[in-house]
Amino acid sequence: MQLTLWTYEGPPHVGAMRVATALTDVHYVLHAPQGDTYADLLFTMIERLPRRPPVTYTTFQARDLGGDTAELFKNAARDAYERFKPKAMMVGASCTAELIQDDPGGLAKALNLPVPVVALELPSYQRKENWGASETFYQMVRALAGPNVPAPGSKRAPREIGTRPRCNILGPTALGFRHRDDVTEITRLLEQIGVDVHTVAPLGACADDLAHLGEADFNVVLYPEVGALAASWLLRSFGQPATKTIPIGAAATREFVAEVAQLAGIDAAETLAAIESRSTWYARSVDSTYLTGKRVFVFGDATHAVAAARVAATELGFTVVGLGTYSREFAREVREAAKLYDIEALITDDYLEVEARVVELQPELVLGTQMERHIAKRLGVPCAVISAPVHVQDFPARYSPQMGFEGANVLFDTWVHPLMMGLEEHLIGMFRGDFEFHEDAAPSHLGGHTGIPAAADAAARIQAPAAVAALVTDHHVSPAATTPAPWAPDAEKELRKIPFFVRGKARRNTEAYAQDHRVSMITVETLYDAKAHFSR
Amino acid sequence: MNGVIPIRAELSEGCSDAPVLRERGQREVFCGLTGIIWLHRKIQDAFFLVVGSRTCAHLIQSAAGVMIFAEPRFATAIIDERDLAGLADVNTELDRVVTRLLERRPEIKLLFLVGSCPSEVIKLDLARAALRLSGRFTPDVRVLSYSGSGIETTFTQGEDACLAALVPNLPIAPAEAPAALMIVGTLADVVEDQFRRLFAQMGIGPLHFFPPRRAGAMPAVGPNTRFLLAQPFLADTSRVLEARGARRLAAPFPLGAEGTTLWLQAAATAFGVDPATFEACVAPARERAHAALARHRTTLAGKRVFFFPDSQLEVPIARFLARELGMQLAEVGSPYLHRQHLAEELALLPRGTVLSEGQHVENQLDRCRAAQPDIVVCGLGLANPLEAEGMTTKWSIELVFTPIQGFEQAGDLAGLFTRPLLRRLKLAMPVRSASSAQDAPIGQDRALFSALEQA
Repeated sequence: MQLTLWTYEGPPHVGAMRVATALTDVHYVLHAPQGDTYADLLFTMIERLPRRPPVTYTTFQARDLGGDTAELFKNAARDAYERFKPKAMMVGASCTAELIQDDPGGLAKALNLPVPVVALELPSYQRKENWGASETFYQMVRALAGPNVPAPGSKRAPREIGTRPRCNILGPTALGFRHRDDVTEITRLLEQIGVDVHTVAPLGACADDLAHLGEADFNVVLYPEVGALAASWLLRSFGQPATKTIPIGAAATREFVAEVAQLAGIDAAETLAAIESRSTWYARSVDSTYLTGKRVFVFGDATHAVAAARVAATELGFTVVGLGTYSREFAREVREAAKLYDIEALITDDYLEVEARVVELQPELVLGTQMERHIAKRLGVPCAVISAPVHVQDFPARYSPQMGFEGANVLFDTWVHPLMMGLEEHLIGMFRGDFEFHEDAAPSHLGGHTGIPAAADAAARIQAPAAVAALVTDHHVSPAATTPAPWAPDAEKELRKIPFFVRGKARRNTEAYAQDHRVSMITVETLYDAKAHFSR
Repeated sequence: MNGVIPIRAELSEGCSDAPVLRERGQREVFCGLTGIIWLHRKIQDAFFLVVGSRTCAHLIQSAAGVMIFAEPRFATAIIDERDLAGLADVNTELDRVVTRLLERRPEIKLLFLVGSCPSEVIKLDLARAALRLSGRFTPDVRVLSYSGSGIETTFTQGEDACLAALVPNLPIAPAEAPAALMIVGTLADVVEDQFRRLFAQMGIGPLHFFPPRRAGAMPAVGPNTRFLLAQPFLADTSRVLEARGARRLAAPFPLGAEGTTLWLQAAATAFGVDPATFEACVAPARERAHAALARHRTTLAGKRVFFFPDSQLEVPIARFLARELGMQLAEVGSPYLHRQHLAEELALLPRGTVLSEGQHVENQLDRCRAAQPDIVVCGLGLANPLEAEGMTTKWSIELVFTPIQGFEQAGDLAGLFTRPLLRRLKLAMPVRSASSAQDAPIGQDRALFSALEQA
């Protein structure tokens, strides 16, 4: 049993709904009690889809449990087929229906519907949304493309001379974080280098498209959380290789193009050389110097978190102080990535643990999900959202991809915007105690000093949730061991002159130094001694 | 003006015996867990711990996530495979989770263990767990339980279950205690304050609101307690209050000028307030309500409204729209029609109103499309798809999350219906310019537009 305030992922049947809603002519019959229809509003309100998700819920009630819930399911499935006439159906159970064990797959089979029916086994008490989406997509691909798999051992025919290479784009779903715009951006990029897109799936594909996935030369996997499982089956069954690089950030996009060119057997070097990346130039612009070494904490799904850490470190010159994911399925990849920054990855779906880590690390920028935005807001730290779970704001009206060169520009803007501008930060550092321009005021381009209460000391703000840290982690600085030496008033005053985002650290370091050197009262001298000590 | 609005003879029977279309099928409604979203704000030192699945956690988060900016006073204890397989003792696990929670939130005085579909199906005895935990954490925290599961409760019935769970713990009012009035059902604080003033003016008291704003301020109940339901969905709460000797004052619900007057009137009659005093107390606010409604009436009169089932507030709101704003009722769907509690409402509803109970969403959508109403009241899952089909909709959840009861809110309640119509008109309208007369709205539209602008 797990105590959860907020959850990063929904149950696995919501993942299945994301696939069903992405496909154009498939219907999902879900054995579920009243109330599970809440999931419809994710699509109609958060994503603002102008249509209902193609899902029928059986809506069983307590009084049905003694009776025939199986009959209820069969009627719902039969009626749904009659009404919607889908080209394929998915059937499954939500968490409660899983407990009553009605076997939707077997029941649906008994109906002898004239279309393929895919029975989904999504263990609700074990798995989560992304796993559900991945499994569903894989099952759909296998069921629909399966009949077209060539005999084992048969060789893939080489592409006809004079035809352009074709690829599928795998992974984008309904309710995906910027999937809509990523697909547009990557399709455009592929076309630019001479590769045609055969099918995008599941987003916008029909059942027939899935049946013909095997005709493409290779696969582009944009979201491994959803697409990797299906891609590996397509590799085994049709001999279609798949890309590994996620084109988030300018450098990764160039690598992605190189990888695609290699899989497609084309030369993209010239096209690539001609592309100018604005985000790369902006990051080199002297104005961006102030971004150097900004401490960032990164958390999200595995794909976006790993990519964001790389962009932060290598394209913006930030220092990645924390990296984590709620995607346990990809824990290994994220741990590997964390090694690049000499940090240990945080693999958790416990919001409280993430909060404790942010408190502990005191980053200057948080790149996270809506949950981390919540944490950052409480701590007064700037934040940009890089990953699902999605919020209505993650479906902007404007074109706003995360992938490709335009995606890199979007990342530059969204991550740099919440920060204090370079010269402004210097001026605040030089002239402290200005009644209007002070460190607790928001950056002037974000509406000046409204928002954060001026009196709040950053250290105090960090202290409030320290109880949280105490509760959920045992590896933070323990105050129980020894009481730190007291601060002389002038030293305390001097500490105030240190920029607020490193002040907590300076305080702790100085206290640690004082303890190690048996200093009974921290003076201005101790402060600078500690500074010298730790900067060696 | 007369203290009691006379009910016109031809409407006197209303829909008291009207047939009801009872449907079974897919229900596009929330489960009772959703009530936590307002209950946790109402009782400020209470915490709601859902014992359920990831779906439950996701539901509350999705329904409330966009609205909540502080750390919520609710959470989910997610049952996992180890609990189901018997590898972990569910009760030990629950105790561990509750202990951790109470350490983290020491200000909590009242903890609800809220049952869900999975906890009901695996027959987890939360009442016993609550008793055990109450024993452990007494006197700092009282632990109670109720079920908000979708297999038993629809949306607002969650509040009913929660309040019903509180009733056995209310202090006992002795038989010789003076008659006291209890207002039952969550109301916005501002509405409570208005009613408090009105009752005080009439000299009715002691007066208690249930649920109270603090867990420590639970009202006493006994044979001299008279209660007025402020919400139409409190069947169980009403039953257990009556079992403790309290008596329900039958009345329509306090929506609109008429509903509010009759609701207050029921208390005034029971407490022997003389008609002149009653009239003097309510007249100013009622006149303000009438004035506010008159502006909306020009827009809404004759417009046809279709209700999908949601909160059980449908019948009282339909009555208000029909009688005070002149709207026509295409269909009034409700998850559950409580004949007894709605008797006064049904009597006021225009004869021949199509009433439906339960839901088969596909059939109801077919009826809605055929009826082509001017405005559709429906849940969040249906609103945008219907807008995309060209219909004007009003999210029903807003009727639950907005202060709409009482005289001062009558205009606001009407405004919830005029706003979508005004918006559609505004968005369809070209920008008005002085030079081009064609760009200006014409004829009836123009009149409607200016009426709405003022509203």
